[in-house]
Amino acid sequence: MSCKFVNSVLSFEGELTARNLPKLMVEASSLIGKNKPSMIDLAGVQAIDSAGVAYLDQIQIQFASKGILLLKGSTPETQAVIDTFTSLKLPLPIPVAKIGFFESIGSSVIEAYESMYKAALLASEIYYWSFVGLFNHKGQRKGSLIQQAALLGSQALPIVALLSFIIGFILSLQSAVQLRNFGANVFIADLLAVTMVREMGPMMTAIIIAGRSGSAIASEIATMQVTEEIDALKMMALSPIRYIVVPKFHAISVVMPILVAFSIMVGMIGGGIIALGYLGLSLETFLKRSIEIITLKDLVVSMGKSVVFAWVIVIIGSYFGFQVKGGAEGVGKATTASVVASIFAVIVLDAMFSLLYL
Amino acid sequence: MMKDIQPVISVNNLVAKYGEKTILDGITVDILPGEVTVILGGSGCGKTTLLKNILRLYEPFSGSVKFWGEEILQMDENEFSTVLKKVGMLFQNGALLNSISIYDNVSIPLELHTKLPPDIIDKIIRVKVNLVGLTHALHLFPSELSGGMKKRAALARAMAMDPKILFCDEPSAGLDPLTSAALDDLIKELKKQLNMTIVIVTHELASIHRIADKLIFLDAGKMLFYGTLEAAMKANIPQIDTFFRVGRF
Ligand SMILES: Nc1ncnc2c1ncn2[C@@H]1O[C@H](COP(=O)(O)OP(=O)(O)O)[C@@H](O)[C@H]1O
Ligand SMILES: [Mg+2]
Repeated sequence: MSCKFVNSVLSFEGELTARNLPKLMVEASSLIGKNKPSMIDLAGVQAIDSAGVAYLDQIQIQFASKGILLLKGSTPETQAVIDTFTSLKLPLPIPVAKIGFFESIGSSVIEAYESMYKAALLASEIYYWSFVGLFNHKGQRKGSLIQQAALLGSQALPIVALLSFIIGFILSLQSAVQLRNFGANVFIADLLAVTMVREMGPMMTAIIIAGRSGSAIASEIATMQVTEEIDALKMMALSPIRYIVVPKFHAISVVMPILVAFSIMVGMIGGGIIALGYLGLSLETFLKRSIEIITLKDLVVSMGKSVVFAWVIVIIGSYFGFQVKGGAEGVGKATTASVVASIFAVIVLDAMFSLLYL
Repeated sequence: MMKDIQPVISVNNLVAKYGEKTILDGITVDILPGEVTVILGGSGCGKTTLLKNILRLYEPFSGSVKFWGEEILQMDENEFSTVLKKVGMLFQNGALLNSISIYDNVSIPLELHTKLPPDIIDKIIRVKVNLVGLTHALHLFPSELSGGMKKRAALARAMAMDPKILFCDEPSAGLDPLTSAALDDLIKELKKQLNMTIVIVTHELASIHRIADKLIFLDAGKMLFYGTLEAAMKANIPQIDTFFRVGRF
């Protein structure tokens, strides 16, 4: 493969293909220098591909302003390839509009506002149908309450138990050393009970359920959306919210407080091991102090909180599921986004609930 | 007859299995250069399996496959990838990468396999996408395209590296007759202008009449027939006669 530049005729020889082109382009442009070729001679070209054609186009465009450039000597085969792959007759590319900095901030604020609005709309629809669904099971998947309760709740039981146990254990282990220095061993029970009931039980459970069930809800709905199943439901005159979301909403509202209660108990057992084993409390004192310190208000707030977390997880999961864009890869994005958003929401709501104790 | 034409692909006694199940039971056929070879057969008879075994997407159970006279089944990855760069494949459902635009889908092989400067690559992409008539959809994502547009975009990607051989798995399935005819015209054009060898799976009788130089009939793991359309109609093979009478499998 080589090229020559004689009498302002640029001639190529050999194969004008993608493999040779990078070298050839350097060679040709150094030969041409500041001169202008009047003609390109392709007589020696044995093979050409679309990269070669693109290069010829580029030379022609480069020198077009200084007069028309002629191709000559191409074999019929070469000419056929050139005719097929020439980009000279293509419509000009439409420039992509660049978005400015402030514009992009503005549009993301608007987007955030719009998605809040849409989520609120969805939430109100879910509440409406869930309320209706308490009395009227029409339009809901048959037998799905039990199935959903099992799916969302009882299958999460082992992981909730394990993590709560570890949390309770760590909490009292870290506090035990400090309390012992002050001879305040007995307060471990108070500390553990209050922390588990008010904070750790509801929040840990909600985070686990957000990761496990929130993501499942989002990916299920997103998949149904992508595969047009949602549209199919609508065409059967069924409300997708009623059919898919309401059973989950009911199931999780029942299951979540149970999981939280369970988490609190297991957490207490984990902490109890330290209290009894390391700090030398008797089982009786531990239980008595724990029960005394917990007020009715604590229990009500804790259970109420857990139900609210559950609702938020379902609403956010469904929201991202219904909002899915694109094909299969949109499902993954929707799932991830729903987990991040629901964990964020759970923690923010938890902070708001703690204001109740001011 | 010109007996001395070197076949582009020669498949010899190819056996393909999924587990214990034999799908292809000894296929022997030569694909000739510059021809459109159509693979025909009932749904599930192993057409896709044949293509994938020829291209080593599945390793054949036994037999031999030669591209330009070189056995590919024993090649290591490097040697085989130089063969693959000369081969394009249009998958049955497009198989576009969903997370990137059509433009980027077509650019992948060019950017990863060549050292061409960006403006040349840009020209090549635009030309290829224009060939399949998708210039208006250049920056859209696969999920924003209809089924037929996806197939055409996938064809543009298969064409990105100027393959010498193009495999198409049911390119016109699910397309309307007009789009399908346009695709056939494009395939004929590619064959004529670029002297490309094309292997294509299709059920469309109209399409076969328009583009086929040779037919391969598969049935129950065997090749029933290889030859021209006229020969197929005269061959007196019941399954083939049924196909031409009914118009499809
Ligand atoms: N990955 C796989 N595993 C097991 N069996 C398969 C697989 N892919 C295809 N098959 C079976 O092989 C047969 C041929 O499939 P295929 O080649 O896809 O048929 P078609 O001719 O419609 O393209 C079918 O019976 C199918 O069920
Ligand atoms: Mg197939």
